Amino acid sequence: MTFIPTSPAETEAMLETVGVKSLDDLFDAVPKKHRFPKLNLPPALTEMEAAAHLSDMASSNENVRQDLVSFLGAGAYNHYVPSVVDHMLRRGEFYTAYTPYQPEISQGTLQAVFEFQSLMANLTGMDVSNASHYDGATATAEAVSLAYAQYRGKRKRIVMSPALHPQYRDVVDTYTQGMGIETVGDEETNLTLSPESLTSYIDENTMIVIVQYPDFLGRIFDYKKIIDEAHAKGALVCVVANPTALLMLKTPGDMGADIVVGEAQPFGIPIWYGGPYLGFFTTKKSYVHKMAGRLVGETMDVRGQRSYVLTLTAREQHIKRERATSNICTNQGLLALAASVYMSVLGKEGLKEVANLCYQKAHYAANELSKLKGFKLFSSEPFFHEFTLECPKPASEVNQYLLDHGILGGYDLGNDYPELKNHLLVAVTEMNSKEEIDALVEVLKEI
Amino acid sequence: MSTIIEPTIFELSSPGRRGVKMPASDVPQTDSLPQHLLRSELPLPEIAEVDVVRHYVKLSKLNYSVDEGFYPLGSCTMKYNPKINEDTCRYPGFLFTHPLQPIETVQGNLALMFELQEWLKEISGFAGVTLQPAAGAHGEYTGVLMMAAYHKLRGDTKRTKMLIPDAAHGTNPASVGMMGMGVITIPSDSRGNVDLKALEAACDDTVIGMMLTNPNTLGMFDENIEKVIEMVHKCGGLMYGDGANLNALLGIVRPGDLGFDVMHFNLHKTFSVPHGGGGPGCGPVGVSKTLLDFLPSPLVGILEEGNDDEAPFYGFVTPKNSIGRMKAFHGHFGGGMVRAYTYIAMHGPDGLKAISQYAVLNANYLQAKVRSHYKIPFDRICMHEFVAEGRFEGSDVRALDISKRLMDYGFHPPTNYFPLIVPEALMIEPTETENKDTLDKFADALIKIAEEAKNQPELLHNAPSTTKFGRMDEVKAARELVLCCWLPEDYEAMV
Repeated sequence: MTFIPTSPAETEAMLETVGVKSLDDLFDAVPKKHRFPKLNLPPALTEMEAAAHLSDMASSNENVRQDLVSFLGAGAYNHYVPSVVDHMLRRGEFYTAYTPYQPEISQGTLQAVFEFQSLMANLTGMDVSNASHYDGATATAEAVSLAYAQYRGKRKRIVMSPALHPQYRDVVDTYTQGMGIETVGDEETNLTLSPESLTSYIDENTMIVIVQYPDFLGRIFDYKKIIDEAHAKGALVCVVANPTALLMLKTPGDMGADIVVGEAQPFGIPIWYGGPYLGFFTTKKSYVHKMAGRLVGETMDVRGQRSYVLTLTAREQHIKRERATSNICTNQGLLALAASVYMSVLGKEGLKEVANLCYQKAHYAANELSKLKGFKLFSSEPFFHEFTLECPKPASEVNQYLLDHGILGGYDLGNDYPELKNHLLVAVTEMNSKEEIDALVEVLKEI
Repeated sequence: MSTIIEPTIFELSSPGRRGVKMPASDVPQTDSLPQHLLRSELPLPEIAEVDVVRHYVKLSKLNYSVDEGFYPLGSCTMKYNPKINEDTCRYPGFLFTHPLQPIETVQGNLALMFELQEWLKEISGFAGVTLQPAAGAHGEYTGVLMMAAYHKLRGDTKRTKMLIPDAAHGTNPASVGMMGMGVITIPSDSRGNVDLKALEAACDDTVIGMMLTNPNTLGMFDENIEKVIEMVHKCGGLMYGDGANLNALLGIVRPGDLGFDVMHFNLHKTFSVPHGGGGPGCGPVGVSKTLLDFLPSPLVGILEEGNDDEAPFYGFVTPKNSIGRMKAFHGHFGGGMVRAYTYIAMHGPDGLKAISQYAVLNANYLQAKVRSHYKIPFDRICMHEFVAEGRFEGSDVRALDISKRLMDYGFHPPTNYFPLIVPEALMIEPTETENKDTLDKFADALIKIAEEAKNQPELLHNAPSTTKFGRMDEVKAARELVLCCWLPEDYEAMV
């Protein structure tokens, strides 16, 4: 298969214009001994063969729509995506466009991003949103970069909840390894304490406090007290939030959070074996100049038409180079569009219905599961659509048993918290029917 | 008041309108959460499905795209995105697999990732590849972290400076800045190569390494590349390759063979993953043996070898001195890796070489056509792109005016004002997927514009005039900082 449209005769004519004899003559600057290596790759497939080959690969997986019943969440959630979403994403005008550096011919992308910013700011209860980050984990790391820049590197401490997604904690560690920063508070022993216990770590050297909402174990806490405490010491607070939960819960903005980030995959993006997803980043207007990532602002063109441009670009790498807050130069444009279409086509009431279904089904599941002998809920704190279930056996064994019955049971918390090796993190969404939940309960009766 | 071409999704909202509805609950009712945990308002739009569709279709029509026309944006490789990629990446087996599923249930995904790692190694001549980074800049940061970790593990702590040519992409110094390290800028010589004298003066035992784009952003393959790499290695530094311009090198030369230690790939440039209006990208990183143990974790590996009857059993492995995790889960699997895999599978070794041959032919052809009308500051056989000066003697026309005027002729402008070392730069990358007719029309437009610049400069200053929007007031946007819109009822309450 080739996508090169040039005929042999045209090739000859073009070579003559350039003044070389053959295509290979264009590469004289390349060291001869390394020129034209023989690549050991499989021979080219036609489109028909490629489609069949990829289809075979895809079918050799067991997927959560056709093959398995899934109660797996832990940062990636199986939700219904209305048909309209993918129809819009498949428009070539959106997906084959570049970053909107030429606003006169990119107003579609720019207005869509502006609307995304507005939707996310309203959802989180914050003043402003940027155009998005790679994922929830890197958005969390960028929150640290904002705080680092805010204090010009003079504050060196991160206070981090142990109930922040373990992979997010890993990414923050990787991102900050050159900054000479200490991270405290995330010891496993703090897991069962109230979040207020984190306040004992907040000092005058603390740049940022990071908590998750609901937390990784599914618990809902009101973080107002810890936010007030952090502000008293001059530290910023970043709340890592689940967007579906925010459809129902008090906003982090209402609690006084400085930065709200998270993973917007639940809004119209398939679980896709982990990506690409959509990190969102919202903050207070006072931090907008320190925020990384693209930002779209409203303006007017010379004809007096309302229009949109990338703005505050002086913060970004192509202008500031080594003094930029971040090296980021993409957003997740197309997926921000997916989230916007998702929110628009479900609308305020449809979104409330999604949140309510998740809430109701998860509570039904938790209630039924905790009636089983040997099973109980890890915490009595309120939860939304994900909860921690204590099992009579190691979660790995429970999961294996469930998998033999075609069920993905949940996330084995023993992977990250040795003390919780008998605990499953169970997620329930609108995709799980009562029959599926009842089947899960039935199978676990026999374990 | 400004004229509104298309209202925002908030302005289209009207209380009581419904789009997609969800089914009724099929489980017994649970009491709601306590009031103090609930949000009071959900200020989001209420719109019917048809109006949502029309809104986004109207917005889409305000965009220029590769599907519509020529997009010669230098260093961005805006090639045609094959439609079959859009189908393969949406096969249910890819779309509906959870990143934390047991590995025995996702062997198809892991096989695809493993083979893609192997193919990228073969194409680039590297010893290892991570698919985790989300984009080019993310891959760069990954690379810089590995370089720093390498020196640190050896106890070589005085290395704090990165050498970066003056023609480099802004992400290079920004990645270094994120690490809190210093940058030493190395000038280019008169042929567009790295200035060897300046490089020699900068090479000492405080150097972490050098970040080099080759071909560079002038579109030039560095004629002394082996010497450059040798000098950096000799002082104990590592060589970073910015893979943004890899579209010139497929089957032509392998960066690993030249001696590079680490390089990021842009699957959204070279391997036809669409740009999506600014993302998602996909930025795998390849490394030489030197950095193999420092790759981010986890990588996909073979846990049990296969045989004639059975495929290998794939799973995750963690390199010995890994820098850690760069993002949650496994990288941009669906949108990035599946599309790139499809593309490479359809090309094979000869097809890949043809991509680079024609990318380079098209750039040289355009350069030859416009050479007598625009100054080409580094005029020799270029690779996949070239840089012209967008200015004329005795005229106040600038690169920006030329770019905007090109829109009137139905083209997307080239990258302008980059690289910084060429005044009024127009950086032109046609890619291999354009035919001779398109290139001729584009060259004709550029030549016509050069004439207009002399005789009717106002046409350029006032351009674009045939597009739906004219030039924007960027100062107003930055000064007023209107970054959000609101529901009409909320807006009224605010003002």
